[in-house]
Amino acid sequence: MSQTLKQTPSQTVGPYFAYAWTPELYGRRPLATNRLASRDTPGEHIRIEGVVYDGEGAPIRDCVVEIWQAGADGRHAPGAAGFGRCGTNDAGYYFFDTVKPGACDPGHAPHIAVTVFARGMLSHAFTRLHFSDEAAANEADPVLASVPADRRDTLIAQRAEVPGGVVYRFDIHVQGEAETVFFDC
Amino acid sequence: MDTAVPEPEGDFGPRDWAQHPPYLSPLYKSTVLRSPRKPLIPMKQGLSVRTGPVFGHDSVDALDGDLTKNGRVNGEPIGERIIVTGRVLDESGRPVPHTLLEIWQANACGRYVHRWDQHDAPLDPNFFGAGRCITDAEGRYRFTTIKPGAYPWGNHHNAWRPAHIHFSLFGPSFLTRLVTQMYFPGDPLLPLDPIYNGVPEGARELLISRFSIDVTEPVWALGYEFDIVLRGRQATPMEG
Repeated sequence: MSQTLKQTPSQTVGPYFAYAWTPELYGRRPLATNRLASRDTPGEHIRIEGVVYDGEGAPIRDCVVEIWQAGADGRHAPGAAGFGRCGTNDAGYYFFDTVKPGACDPGHAPHIAVTVFARGMLSHAFTRLHFSDEAAANEADPVLASVPADRRDTLIAQRAEVPGGVVYRFDIHVQGEAETVFFDC
Repeated sequence: MDTAVPEPEGDFGPRDWAQHPPYLSPLYKSTVLRSPRKPLIPMKQGLSVRTGPVFGHDSVDALDGDLTKNGRVNGEPIGERIIVTGRVLDESGRPVPHTLLEIWQANACGRYVHRWDQHDAPLDPNFFGAGRCITDAEGRYRFTTIKPGAYPWGNHHNAWRPAHIHFSLFGPSFLTRLVTQMYFPGDPLLPLDPIYNGVPEGARELLISRFSIDVTEPVWALGYEFDIVLRGRQATPMEG
């Protein structure tokens, strides 16, 4: 079928999305949160956390990070992990409590799709999060291979085992020397 | 949320950058330090992005689509009651059924409920300013709300945002995600607004709703129509 209609243009989320997107702060029911896994979700339970920075290294406090991921078995199936949304706090910090996904695309390393929205971003940005303890799979991953070698690290969340559990650190730099790789896809 | 995702049928067409605003749009000052500057890396669409969350009708209450009712405390919200309705379509004109829309907006005085909004205009105790609905089988959605007011912002001297409603949509995949703003016809602030004008000329006009006497309900509310077009699946050659 030929394309006949033009895509509706994107606009910024602006600064005032929180009462709609994370309305639990306003005593209302959210549709999606940053807690994707419940106690009985199968898989390794992990926290993903980081800070979103602007081009001068200042934290962005009016940013929303959304993630979409497979469950531990690599399937996007009912009851598996799925979709999460987290607004950054005053320190630019976000986190997700989830499970580590299995690989969902043949030949690809396990990863999570990430979307970044903020005041000052007229169009959102896509990236993807890989895991530092998947070195061999990352080595073979065709998307990582398509990224200049000196920028690949921006896509690798660093694993740490802390008393509370497993934490992966994934800072997002929307601009600057350490700018996160964003994709057109 | 239901994550039962049907196996996708094929790739989605690209983001049409002739339609979308570039990341850097210096007249909108916040873009200067928040715009990615390095080239985007092309990525083949795998399952992790061709799929996406599906929000069912059970995620939305009956009142979620009526902003004149979902924030009531002790009376009616103040302002001009309006109906905003339209269709969500893909680029081939096919409806996008059963997809979630989220909206948020200022009240009639141009004030948001958000705790950071310090604009010296009254909050309305009976207006929250956020709503949700799910499109029907024909891709149709409908909200009842209050016409939002313009409000000042700090971008430049005497800067005012034109009246607008924020829209967030999912569509059938993580790639079809869209956040945008709907404006009102004839608003004199539109030519002055760096956010609206961040969109290429010829595309930005798609963000302006149409007044409709057919949608307007007698002795009740004015009607506006706003259709939204999401990325569609790429045409696949016929086999055989």
